[in-house]
Parts: sequence; structure tokens; C-alpha cells
Amino acid sequence: MIIRGDEPEQIKLLRKLYKPGNYFMQGNEAVAYGALFAGCRFYAGYPITPSSEIAETMARELPKLGGYYLQMEDEIGSIAAMIGASWTGFKVMTATAGPGFSLMQENLGYAVMTETPLVLVDVQRSGPSTGQATKGAQGDFFQARWGTHGDHPIVAVSPTSGQDAFWEIIRAFNIAERLRTPVVFLFDGILAHTRELVKIPDVDEVKITYRKLPQNEEEAKLPFGDPHGDGVPPMPLFGHGYFTHVTGSTHKENGLRDVYTPEVHDRLVRRIHRKIEQNRHVYEKYEEHFTDDAEILVVSWGVTARPALGAVLKARREGIKVGLFVPKTVHPFPGERMRELGKRVRAVLVPEMNLGQMILEVQRFVNDDVLLKGVNKIGGVPLTVEEILREIRGVA
Amino acid sequence: MPEIYSKYPMIKYLRKEALPTALCPGCGGGTVLNAFANAVDQLKIDPRDLVVVSGIGCSAWIASPYFLADTLHTTHGRAIAFATGVKVGLPDKKVVVISGDGDLASIGGNHLLHAARRNIDITVILVNNFIYGMTGGQVAPTTPFGAITTTTPYRNIEHPLQISETIAAAGASYVARWTTAHVYQLIESIKKALQVKGFSLVEVISQCPVQFGRRNKMKEPAEMLRWFLKNSVPISKAKKMPPEELEGKFVIGEFVNRQRPEFVSELNKLIDEVQEHFGLKEV
Repeated sequence: MIIRGDEPEQIKLLRKLYKPGNYFMQGNEAVAYGALFAGCRFYAGYPITPSSEIAETMARELPKLGGYYLQMEDEIGSIAAMIGASWTGFKVMTATAGPGFSLMQENLGYAVMTETPLVLVDVQRSGPSTGQATKGAQGDFFQARWGTHGDHPIVAVSPTSGQDAFWEIIRAFNIAERLRTPVVFLFDGILAHTRELVKIPDVDEVKITYRKLPQNEEEAKLPFGDPHGDGVPPMPLFGHGYFTHVTGSTHKENGLRDVYTPEVHDRLVRRIHRKIEQNRHVYEKYEEHFTDDAEILVVSWGVTARPALGAVLKARREGIKVGLFVPKTVHPFPGERMRELGKRVRAVLVPEMNLGQMILEVQRFVNDDVLLKGVNKIGGVPLTVEEILREIRGVA
Repeated sequence: MPEIYSKYPMIKYLRKEALPTALCPGCGGGTVLNAFANAVDQLKIDPRDLVVVSGIGCSAWIASPYFLADTLHTTHGRAIAFATGVKVGLPDKKVVVISGDGDLASIGGNHLLHAARRNIDITVILVNNFIYGMTGGQVAPTTPFGAITTTTPYRNIEHPLQISETIAAAGASYVARWTTAHVYQLIESIKKALQVKGFSLVEVISQCPVQFGRRNKMKEPAEMLRWFLKNSVPISKAKKMPPEELEGKFVIGEFVNRQRPEFVSELNKLIDEVQEHFGLKEV
């Protein structure tokens, strides 16, 4: 039986199982509990460091809630099974790391093309290839954006702590459901394995949403149309007698394949892009610290946003007018806000645990007369407050 | 819809707006679609209780989009993995995968093997035409030894995978192999496969006169069907034959038909046990 997660008995189960309060838990556990609160009742995955505790937590907790944990034969099968389950009505998730994320790319594109809601957690680890399997990194920023082939939009969310991960995975599910789209959750091996304070809220504090379902036969016959003008078609789930046809090939509004008519492809792919573009209010999110009077701006994300904040606080104490901008939805990048902030400052620093990825997005929105500099570190050890502070002082 | 379909008794199971099919003249795919529709009809299965899943290649087009049910046309090789998710979500529906040998036994071979091991209640109709047809007739892991294909222009030096034998060994509840020249037996086996609780595989040896027969001295579809009939050996007889005599033969019949615990039932049983254990049943 399909579980959406908001049924009265599910609320009772969540309340009985997970008492509100402060817990000392791993980031990976926070992701898993957040997913359970978000209504995820189907998980298909394949073990990979440093993501495995998400699978282990889901395997232990899902059956208590009547949900399904499947360990598939590989990552390709994992995302395939979750797409199949999503079309039956489940909220679905998998968790993986770089090598597994690479294997999932083809079916991630399938999910974009067939507008299948799912949440894919990538616990970023140091690459390329097997790299440093146990070490965290932020090297998959553009893999999340462009890993699958062809023109496609993607939404990617990246949290900055265990507590943040709990709430942000719920937000990731809400975006996926609201926009009928896959959402990538860019976590990392450091936050994943850090144990820290995570406050589990009362179920009532968690607002969750479920995909639009067809309200009548007409809507059900157009699983890839746009009856409401918001670019998001209602989803006619399998098993309801709609005779829904779903294909990754170019298809018409009724779902039937048409790979020969240029206009059909153009209309479909542009509508999928427009769906994401015109619903920015659904997913755009960023944090700002001291940006009002900043002359120097630090732009950072994920795990690195933490030492970045530490460095900004210390620099402020030294009298340096520096601010911090943290995109929480990293794709699509909050470009308009970046442009506004970029106009007011003379230098922008972008610390990240890679050799310069988000900085390329920042560059698109900052004028040439602003000094733009990456603060990059690889090797699996996070950037420190001192390292970032030194760079701030250098441009002060 | 072309006029010819109006006289076809199984037309009620087809998506009229998608016809005619894209299959080549003489393709065995039509026979498979017909056999499947007849099996559904004879069992009186409501197509609303069917989800048909396929992958990539000519045989993936046999039922998608032509069969009027929920149809999921997936990426190359992954149909069974997608179907696994569908079956967990809809345990009361019949989930059927219809796809080809390259799709299910080469790129998707691992999913086939593990679905059989789990014994998940999915019916797989694997259409084995010995060739990658859609891409132009390249060698497949099912191509007979010595055959000519566009990528074995001199001869095939590899030996084909024995799909039915492998999947029977992996733990499936039901496995049978027939050819498109054994239509009635094929329909009966599809019916059994649809009824068995567990993983079922019906392998159909099927003709591809355009990409396989043409390059192997069997240009006409009928020549290929005669080749199937001449070289088919019933499994009871094959058991008594030495392996070297079976080289190049098609062993036909039922390989296994047995009861084993089924994956989704076991999964639901486990959930029940866990909820019972933690006192969550009466919440």
C-alpha cells in the first residue's frame, strides 16, 4: 500500500518512534531521519563509503513505518527501482557517493525527462575515481549540474550541518514533489560522519507536500502537459487504470513517443526547463551574514560555509568589513542575488573543497572590476577558519 | 489505425493511436505480442491490473507503447530493476517485462540474475533474436558460434549465453524456452508464468530476418522458423544427450516450475514482524 507520509497513522507512528528533543547524531543519520519525517517510505541503494549509514538507518527504521528498504545489486538498479516505485506513488530516496553517483547519471537523466520525483543524496567524497574513499570533498558540484547528458535543468540542495541536513532533506523532498523533478542533495563525507547536536522537532513543525495528482480523466491523459500553466503536470500514477505511458524518449503531452518531430522535442525540453525556471520561489534559498555593509564578500557552500563563517566573524572583530553569502540551493544558482551583492563589494572570495567549481557560477554574476579569488583545498581535510581568515586579510 | 487491425481479435488490448507497429516485416516480435495478448485474454486479466516494463532495442518496442496498459519504457538494460520498484509499490498488479536478449541478458544481465535470485514476482518475456537489431545487427552474447554479424564479419568466435539454464540455476520459480514456431506452447507458458508466484522467465527464440537471417543464409522469415523447428530439442530428450550433440540446438520446454518464497511477500512479512516486535501495530 502506498504511503505518502502524512496519513494520521503515520503521524502517530512518527510521534511514537521519534521523541522531539536534542540528539547527538551523525550527519548521515540526520539525513535519514529527515527523510522519514518528509514522508520517504521507499529506499533503494547500494553500500558505498561515506554514505552507508544512511542506508543502515533506513534499513532499520523504514519497516517500523511500513516502508520499504531494498538493497539492489548496484547503483544503477537502485535509482531504477526508485523511479519505478515513484511511479506507484512513493516518495523515494537513495544515497551514494561519487563512484555510485557516476553510475546513476543515466537514470538521473531519465528521471528529469520523465519528470519523476526522487531525492538522490550524494555524500561527496574525494575524487576523481576511487580517490580517497573515506574523505570528504566538494568536487561533485558540476557533476550534479551536468553529469547526465543533454540539455536539462536540475535542482541541487546542499546543507551546512547535521541539523541543517535534517531540515534541508525535507525541503529537498518538498521541491521534488512540488515540481515533479529529481532533486540532488549534495552532502559530503565530513558532515556525514560528524556527530553533533541535532534537534528532532515535533511532527507538527514539519510541513510536507505531495505531488499533484490528476483531478479528472482529461488531466490523466496528459501526463506531460501543462494544464495549470505552472509547467508542472499532474502525475497519473501506475495502477489507477489510466494506461499511462512513460518513456525516456522524446514524447508528446500524452506520453507517446515522437522522436522525429523537431517541435515536439523543443516543446518538451523547453517546458521542463521553464518548469524549473519559473518556479524559483519554490526552491531558491540562501543565507547571508553581514552583507549589508560588506566590502569583501565570502561566498561558500556546504561544509566549507562553516569555517567561512568563523573566519568572517573573526575578521569582523578585526574591523574588516566582510560578509558571507551561502547558497543553500546551489543549482539553479541564486544568480540575481549574487549579482546584487557583487555590485557592492570590491573583492569576492570563494572557499570550497575542490579546485574551483562554484567560483565559476559566481564569476557569471560578478563584474570584471571585482577581485575574484578561490580559496581551494583538496586532500580530504576541511578548510580551517585560519586559512580562510588569512585570505580575507590578504584582500582587506 | 490501418484497416487490417479491425479484423484482429486482440485489438482491444492495443493502443490504437500508436499503431501500426514499428517492427520490420517478418519480425518475430508480432508473434510475441500476439502470444502475450492471447495469454492475457485467456486468463481474463484486466489490463488495468498490468504494468508492462521494457528497456531499449527492437524487442522493447513489442509492448511499448503498443500494449494498452501502464507501460514504462526505461533505459537500456534496466527494465527489471525499474520493475522491481513497481512491484514493491503495486504487489497486487501483474508486472511484466518484455524486452530483448541484448537488453536483459547483456547490459542488464546482472539485474536479471538478481531478480531471479530474489524470486520477485515479475514475469519476464525475453525475446532472443541472437543479435542487436536496432543498432544494425552487431554480435550479441546470444549470437551462435560461427555466425556472421556486422561486428563479426568473418565469424563469431564466442559461445552464446544459455539464458534459461542460467536463470533456472539462479533461483527463478518458473523458466521456459520456446521459439516463435511454437506459438501455442508459448501462450501456455506465458499463462503459467503470469500465474506463478515468484520470478518467471519465458525465453522466446525469435527471428530477425533483416539483421540476422540475411547475413546467415536465412533471408526469409519462414527459413528461420524452419531452422528453429529443425533444431529444437525438447528438454526431456536433451537431458539424455551429450553436450557436444546439443551445440547449435534450441532446448525447448519448461526448465523449472517450483514454489519458492517470493520477495515482496517476504518483505511485507518482515515489515509485519518488525511492527509487531516494536508494538507499532495498534498505533
